[in-house]
Amino acid sequence: MALQNEYIQAQLVEKFGDQVTGFSTSTGMLAFESPKAINLKVLQFLFDEPSLGFTFLTDLCGVNYPDQVGAELVVVYHLHNLKENIRIRYSVSTSVNEPDVYTASKLFESANWMERETYDFFGINFVGHANLKRILNVDEMDYFPLRKEFPLEDQTRIDKDDEMFGRG
Amino acid sequence: MEAHQNIILPEGSIEKQTTTLNFGPTHPATHGVFQNIMEVDGERVVSTEQTVGYIHRAFEKIAERRPLFQITPLTDRLNYCSSPINNMGWHITCEKFLQIETPKRVDYLRVIIMELARIADHLICNSIVGVDTGAYTGFLYVMQYRELIYEIYEEICGSRLTTNIGRIGGFERNFNNTAFTKLEKFLNEYPKVLKEFENLFTRNRIFMERTQGTGGISAERALNYGFTGPNLRAAGVDYDVRVANPYSSYQDFEFTVPVGTTGDNYDRFLVRNAEMWQSISLIQQAYQKVQAFKGAEAEVYHADVPDYYLPKKEDVYTKMEALIWHFKITMGEIDIPKGQIYNSVEGANGELGFYLISDGGRSPFRLHFRRPCFIYYQAYPELIKGGMISDAVVTMSSLNLIAGELDA
Repeated sequence: MALQNEYIQAQLVEKFGDQVTGFSTSTGMLAFESPKAINLKVLQFLFDEPSLGFTFLTDLCGVNYPDQVGAELVVVYHLHNLKENIRIRYSVSTSVNEPDVYTASKLFESANWMERETYDFFGINFVGHANLKRILNVDEMDYFPLRKEFPLEDQTRIDKDDEMFGRG
Repeated sequence: MEAHQNIILPEGSIEKQTTTLNFGPTHPATHGVFQNIMEVDGERVVSTEQTVGYIHRAFEKIAERRPLFQITPLTDRLNYCSSPINNMGWHITCEKFLQIETPKRVDYLRVIIMELARIADHLICNSIVGVDTGAYTGFLYVMQYRELIYEIYEEICGSRLTTNIGRIGGFERNFNNTAFTKLEKFLNEYPKVLKEFENLFTRNRIFMERTQGTGGISAERALNYGFTGPNLRAAGVDYDVRVANPYSSYQDFEFTVPVGTTGDNYDRFLVRNAEMWQSISLIQQAYQKVQAFKGAEAEVYHADVPDYYLPKKEDVYTKMEALIWHFKITMGEIDIPKGQIYNSVEGANGELGFYLISDGGRSPFRLHFRRPCFIYYQAYPELIKGGMISDAVVTMSSLNLIAGELDA
């Protein structure tokens, strides 16, 4: 029997009770969340449980929702069971004042750089990461550019003297 | 007397057993801006640390202010050796998100272009592996067929490298006869060239000795490192997005997924060559299917989605409706529905994913690109550890790293 979203949800609820919440299915992919304190337990369970077997971390990225007070930053994991060919989306949220999330890099080598990238752009501090430093931006940068508090430059600004590129 | 060392020896002094070698970011042996700080013991690599980000352009941030169709040119600049795959991957993601059904003819035309792009990409990668092992001939020989592929792009979208090909819903224009003539020429001539290219390398003693057993990785480690695409298949895992989650009607085609065993440079080379043969077969099949359309069906090159597909220019000048849509699309005044989607396509070097979050505005709330080579480049120190510096160069080429994609 092929692995079904309902079965994954039942397994997670059985193991973690009401700590895993927000189950939804959009475009066929099961999505759910949990408190950030148990993110490694959830990932490890999904990895180890033979009937689930989510051993491939497809993607890890951050999202910033400035309006969600106390849960401004979200880490999204996309996991893939390659044998059954089923994907799930798992997310944990954290406050922007205390952006500490446990690292998944001990479980997935691939999480190493993806967490560094997430740190680089959102300032999420991955606790336990061996080498958490900026990766794409310069080391001297003192802000986290993909946060929503940093808007892109106003396209209609006229105060810029930029003769070479036809403005000003 | 207190025993302490008065002189603190600087790094790289004679007391140090290994040498630090700064390799890159601009070095003739790295094809692109890659920096590696290597610790070498003689010719052997002890450890290395990669630095990335030299051409980071903040595409994910820029995309947060752009309407969907303006994000296509950003995807061009990810893996610029096969931009049509990125363009179409993005269009397919948008179509899936907006629940747009594309006509079969569009799907088949897309398959032709995507497989041509895959051939162009593998061609570069494999011939560069040849160059790095000292065989320049193959590279020069196959380049003229990449040129022919670019000419086919040119007939369809007007540009060669950063193609911005197609639109949400299909293509901006139908394929003209020149495009099909050039495609036929390609299908006639390229198999012979590929055969000759294989003759040059596959059983070449020098090439085999340079590539076999270098840069290898086991299937288990490859999966843990998030490998996808030919690099993962060379390690023996038959995961291909085209088969696992078919898009653009790949389920209508017959093809096999070549896999290797050792995951070393030689297997990666063989897998890419085998994939090119599969791509040729896919293009032939798709071309036959395209030719089978008759009458009005043979003129279809886009889906009917007025909200996202620009109307014809003649109509814009003469019809009110078309003018309104043209204005709304160009000014980016179309609200996209709320929701999230992760969709991926089989890029030339791995699974290229798009994670789109929309809050109901005109542009994505957040767009994340899953760039395959950013993820698998992490394994590079493990791949080259204990090997020679010259093998590290070959390993880097054979991973098919594209700096534009790495840094986004």
